[in-house]
Amino acid sequence: MDFALSADQREIQALAREFAEAEIEPHAAAWDREHRFPRELYAKLADLGLMGVCVPEEYGGAGADFLSYILVLEELSRADAGVGVTVAVHTSAATLPILTFGTEEQKARFVPPLARGEHLGAFALTEPEAGSDAGALRTRAARDGDGWTISGAKQWITNGTYAGTFLLFARTDPDTPGARGVSAFLLDGEHVRVTRDEEKLGLNSSITNDIVVEGARVGRDRLLHEEGRGFRVAMATLDGGRIGIAAQALGIAQAAYDVARSYAKERHTFGKPIAEHQAIQYKLADMSTEIDAARLLVYRAAWLKQEGQPHTEEGAKAKLFASEMARRQTAEAIQILGGYGYTKEFPVERYYRDAKVTEIYEGTSEIQRLVIARSVLGLRQAERTLAQG
Amino acid sequence: MKIAVCVKQVPEGSRRIDAATKRLDRSGEGALNPYDAYAVEEALRLRDASGEGEVVVVSVGPASAADAIRKTLAMGADRAVLVSDDAAAGSDLVATSYVLANALERESSDLVVFGYQAADSDGAVLWAAVADRLRRPVVSQVAELRLESGRVRGKRQTEFGYDVIEAPLPAVVAVTDAINEPRYPSLKGIMGAKRKPQETLTLAELGIEAERAGEAGSRTVVLALNEPPSRGEARRIEDDGDAAARIVEFLLEKRLL
Ligand SMILES: Cc1cc2nc3c(=O)[nH]c(=O)nc-3n(C[C@H](O)[C@H](O)[C@H](O)COP(=O)(O)OP(=O)(O)OC[C@H]3O[C@@H](n4cnc5c(N)ncnc54)[C@H](O)[C@@H]3O)c2cc1C
Repeated sequence: MDFALSADQREIQALAREFAEAEIEPHAAAWDREHRFPRELYAKLADLGLMGVCVPEEYGGAGADFLSYILVLEELSRADAGVGVTVAVHTSAATLPILTFGTEEQKARFVPPLARGEHLGAFALTEPEAGSDAGALRTRAARDGDGWTISGAKQWITNGTYAGTFLLFARTDPDTPGARGVSAFLLDGEHVRVTRDEEKLGLNSSITNDIVVEGARVGRDRLLHEEGRGFRVAMATLDGGRIGIAAQALGIAQAAYDVARSYAKERHTFGKPIAEHQAIQYKLADMSTEIDAARLLVYRAAWLKQEGQPHTEEGAKAKLFASEMARRQTAEAIQILGGYGYTKEFPVERYYRDAKVTEIYEGTSEIQRLVIARSVLGLRQAERTLAQG
Repeated sequence: MKIAVCVKQVPEGSRRIDAATKRLDRSGEGALNPYDAYAVEEALRLRDASGEGEVVVVSVGPASAADAIRKTLAMGADRAVLVSDDAAAGSDLVATSYVLANALERESSDLVVFGYQAADSDGAVLWAAVADRLRRPVVSQVAELRLESGRVRGKRQTEFGYDVIEAPLPAVVAVTDAINEPRYPSLKGIMGAKRKPQETLTLAELGIEAERAGEAGSRTVVLALNEPPSRGEARRIEDDGDAAARIVEFLLEKRLL
């Protein structure tokens, strides 16, 4: 067993950390307050190769492994979780599925502009009445000659406003309810109209949109994977994607711990630093222990994925534990900072607001438990698979 | 145009001195000396502006210095030479400059670029010693650098304005952190660094007799190390809204204002 990162992984981690500390972290509070999507930042990330970390070089990426990508997400999220989710959705929910399921022609056409960061990618599954139960989606792709005409509304689509490529799920078979009648399509920004910016509790430097598709005509060249097999694309995408969200949660928790730890050494009460009160020491010990535990779960899941081994259960465990840990420990960080923690003078209240969503998207904690339970009990997937969208 | 850049790996975090050897503890994590990143950046810009040539990174240090060197290759340097030998450990300025000058002699570059100091030893004179050994002109504290028809022109800031100093090539320059904004290594650079030529040389391979390096080749001896004297009684001013006024009061009292 070897727990050491490779030289490449360490250098990529160092680059992401150095960049995030210099170019992201100093602005994160302002972006949060102003609800500003830092568009110019993504050009800089693209210059460094961070918009296509684990995409092979022949498709415009940097050609690093999946764990390197996870390390990058952790570092970006440590500085700003909104940036973390933007890159996570762009990479693992939009770019990687094209590499996994695309034809040679689709890979050559859609992946390089994404991997080079020329535009952002988005993943459009959720609808007003289809979240965890994504198989209930109603967006319609009606047969139209050799292609389809797509119409419908999607909700909470990360990157919607700025995306140039959408991986969008629509029902091609109106007579088959549930997951089986769904297909995956690759749409351009022009096919989509953004109707609303969501207002959120946190993640304010990321953008979350309602979108509509109004009679977009597409040919076979935009069908990803086989007709009626779109759900398989969605499930496989989320299997990997949730490792990224777990890394996001991990990064947020690490950031909260870093602030809490240094604050505890400086703040004095009753004649000594609060770090010398046992109650605070125990909190920091628990924090550090749980962060380590989450990190091991996350890196294991990432490693399994890059080794091409099954990772559904391990990814779900990593996401479940890391996200709940991040919510708990960001709250503890506020506690350690006392009243200061509740104010915007310190970033921990932002970490707390940002952490919460990691228990919701790419599969709620309830859905992760369902996935894990099915796997450990050896239960067959139900006919109408839960989407964990 | 061939440019050599001298770089050093320095310990990361706070400096610790090993009480037994009286040497800097280099066992922990190391990083590229931050001042050297400016030297690498300037060399890369000169190379890229001229559209041809080579940037070779030269270092004297332990085997672990390969990490710092890889960063320079990831930034875009073409190849690296590391002189690493147990017999070179503990070299002072005199011994290090001798080893480095020998390694540079072998490269015979048109220009040698240094960062103006190392973050661990803070000497800020190695470039002068190396230039002397190579019998080459040296321009130090360079905040702006130009190459023109076989000459190097450096601008440096002084208390009263700027000095502009010119020297014929081959020459040595030491640059400050005002000269540029070092680039981040790109992911492609990181992934490609290991495919670039990296040479590790022993003292023998450079034809250096062991007694010219390490402690044997050094002219200085560390006799003792002491903690800095305590700063005496400190007065702490907690801010109850009137801290500024109390600080002014204190400064007036000490006749500092
Ligand atoms: C900031 C943000 C960004 C998002 N980005 C995207 C995106 O880019 N693309 C996209 O497609 N979607 C996106 N989503 C949607 C997200 O994936 C869904 O919110 C999520 O899947 C949950 O669906 P829901 O909100 O409809 O909750 P529901 O499915 O309505 O669930 C409500 C509650 O019931 C529980 N529950 C549901 N079913 C079960 C069950 N079978 N057993 C036990 N408990 C159950 C849930 O766990 C939850 O607690 C985003 C959401 C947010 C908040």
